[in-house]
Amino acid sequence: MIVAMRDATETGLAIDELKIGGRTLRSRLLLGTGGFPSLAVMAETIAASGSELVTVALRRVDPASRGSLIDVLERAGVELLPNTAGCYTARDAVLTAKLAREAFSTDWIKLEVIGDEDTLMPDAPELLLAAEQLVDEGFTVLPYTTDDPVLARRLADVGCAAVMPLGSPIGSGMGIRNPYNIALIREAVDVPVVLDAGIGTASDAALAMELGCDAVMAASAISRAQDPVRMASAMRAAVEAGWLARGAGRIPRRTYATASSPDEGLPDLGPA
Amino acid sequence: MIVLNGENSDVRAGETVAAVLARLDLSPAARGVAVAVDGEVVPRAEWESFALGEHARVEVLTAMQGG
Repeated sequence: MIVAMRDATETGLAIDELKIGGRTLRSRLLLGTGGFPSLAVMAETIAASGSELVTVALRRVDPASRGSLIDVLERAGVELLPNTAGCYTARDAVLTAKLAREAFSTDWIKLEVIGDEDTLMPDAPELLLAAEQLVDEGFTVLPYTTDDPVLARRLADVGCAAVMPLGSPIGSGMGIRNPYNIALIREAVDVPVVLDAGIGTASDAALAMELGCDAVMAASAISRAQDPVRMASAMRAAVEAGWLARGAGRIPRRTYATASSPDEGLPDLGPA
Repeated sequence: MIVLNGENSDVRAGETVAAVLARLDLSPAARGVAVAVDGEVVPRAEWESFALGEHARVEVLTAMQGG
């Protein structure tokens, strides 16, 4: 039986609050709003996820569909994190961020500057340029970045409030292709690390947290699952499990077995 | 000719941004809406006064589900 716990953590255990750019979050799961079959399912999923921060995109007004996305998100009690998805240059991303600030009265921006249509991988030089300009303009910048620890450090150095490295390409569900780099990014920066993109299922989210990430962002993995609400509960539990495991300190990996029962005191049972 | 959200429109030069929004059934108080003209943000406070020039490219944007 799945019971979505709205107020407590999924595990019932205390999870430290996450501080990003002056904001305090109790949930370490960020949710993308794209890909849901309906606004009703999205609302139910947000509740199950426990997420307090959700991304939205900025697009041309469609007179034919006067949706109530903003109203639904307001009723859900979540904060908006507008993104610059679809931007391929620093100039477009900066302008989109400014438009998002006008539209949503928030200076928070999930900065995406894409460099390749097939992989949707970030364009590193344009990303860094845009991040620097937006920080100068007073934005709280959360950049979607590659799993390169050097670029992550440069983004933190110019004043980004967090870094959001990809595990694998957006929407691919391939999980974390280079766990080693994600762990290096954790060492390289002092700002929160939010694993973004590539999450396929709950174990990927747990791994991200075990590697030292402070939070996980999931979109397609939840919204395009056969049962988004159930997957949101799974992701929530996985993020908490990974966070707890990270804090608990895992045993080192060994090549050979280490007996967990003592050798001492073994009986002599005679010849076989 | 003024281009509104990528399409030629019958909006005329001299009309305000607020007038264009009204054509889209959007009030000046509409939440979650932003406007750019010729690649520059037009702040909400200027919607009533900002008059469009000849050949202006107007983008009227709002929240969509995404990433």
